[in-house]
Amino acid sequence: MAKKPVHFSHNGVERAAFADDGQNLLEFLRRGAGDLSPKYGCGQGTCGACTVMIDGETQLSCLVLAESIDGKSIRTAAGLASDQLDPLQVAFMDHFAAQCGYCTPGMLVSARALLERNPKPTREEVMEAISGNLCRCTGYEPIISAILAVAEGRAQA
Amino acid sequence: MALHRGRGFAAINYPIGMNLGGDPSQALVHSNPDGKFTVALSAIDLGQGMKSVTRQIAAETLGVPVEDVYVDTADSDTGPHDMGSFASRGTHRMGNAVIQASQEARSVMLEAAAEELEVDAADLVTDGRGNIHVKGAPSRSITTMAASQAAQFKQGRTIAGRGIFLIPLSEVDPQTGEMTPVSCFAHAAMLVEVEVDDETGEVAVLDMQSAYEVGRALNPKLVEQQLRGGAWMGMSHAIWETTEPYYPSRDHGPEDFNAYVMPGPGDLAPHHISVLERPAPDGPYGGKGPGEMCANPVLPAVVNAVYDAVGVRVDDLPVTPEKVLRGLKANGGAKPRKAL
Repeated sequence: MAKKPVHFSHNGVERAAFADDGQNLLEFLRRGAGDLSPKYGCGQGTCGACTVMIDGETQLSCLVLAESIDGKSIRTAAGLASDQLDPLQVAFMDHFAAQCGYCTPGMLVSARALLERNPKPTREEVMEAISGNLCRCTGYEPIISAILAVAEGRAQA
Repeated sequence: MALHRGRGFAAINYPIGMNLGGDPSQALVHSNPDGKFTVALSAIDLGQGMKSVTRQIAAETLGVPVEDVYVDTADSDTGPHDMGSFASRGTHRMGNAVIQASQEARSVMLEAAAEELEVDAADLVTDGRGNIHVKGAPSRSITTMAASQAAQFKQGRTIAGRGIFLIPLSEVDPQTGEMTPVSCFAHAAMLVEVEVDDETGEVAVLDMQSAYEVGRALNPKLVEQQLRGGAWMGMSHAIWETTEPYYPSRDHGPEDFNAYVMPGPGDLAPHHISVLERPAPDGPYGGKGPGEMCANPVLPAVVNAVYDAVGVRVDDLPVTPEKVLRGLKANGGAKPRKAL
């Protein structure tokens, strides 16, 4: 199987790794780049657990060919915290917005992308932004509350 | 063609655990040389918060800070035996086992401290902040860490405890079928408001008001989290989810998330929750366990609300648009039970 070198920015760090023919970005990130924050849920683009940002746009990494990200910038939930947690991560904890936690990395990436293009979203815009991310445990309400708390400046940094 | 509103009510009794084959859980607690404690369980935390709750229970019983307890779960090869995390039994069964194990470990810890302080163990109390002192004389004290280290390195004692909570197998009376499968019940009541479209058959849940009686809410935020998420799942089971919606052929059933119908964040109904606390006599610090019962009252309440709205009695879940439309056709149209 042919391998292709892929150069990309991974959470702000320039990296290179080999992608297999036809390998999807999710598998490439988890196995090749060692970033386990994007989760494998359905593998067919309907659950949102594998959501990452490619050049600032949310994408389902299970449906993206790994070699197509050459030269692009990838951000995942693992890159949200720097020396301190992202305000969204703090708000998710404060609002009990996770139970089993499997959807959480994808939710965080979708929410971060939303706030970067629209820092003051309405409740409807928040629901729209996470509508591609399935959650089985929380009933969504705590997640919506957490994102709105950050957008409205109510969350503790 | 119109939208009809209806209200439905349901109340449930929900059994905590099930002892049709006997229902035991075990816990092992031991201290480490740094004076902190490890609780070993084989039941698993699925996100419901069992690690948090058993950690609180162990800390409360041992008399140490909650930060000083680590709960290690879910290795059934090496942990003590447990029936598992199901039937809403976690808080009740494992919590009781953790109390028993922690009591034994605490008594050894106090004996070790008594030997160091040269006092009677019965005169010692813990302050919950990592110190053991003589009752009425806080200055005669020793830290739990120092007591643990003395036990480990000087006295040759193991500060450890074993716990089991067993609801024994209930025999069935061959004449009457009478038995006692359950020792502890939680309760809930729910009122929902729905809107039924008599043209499409679609049902929307507009509002949920509930009261859940959970014994003592050992961790109120976790209880609320479970109730909110679980009731959402109940709503989903009431009007959305099924693996076989397109009868009669199984071949038309959903195989993935594209065809398996679930509500998303745009389909939420406001849910107003009241938690009632009536501590259970046999529960750990009075706790029962919200578990599965948070979903249960939603289903009958929604079915009753649909009947109230359009007069269609659906007795087969979920209440799909097709079933509502067939019911409307059989009844000759919508027959609201009363104008709201």
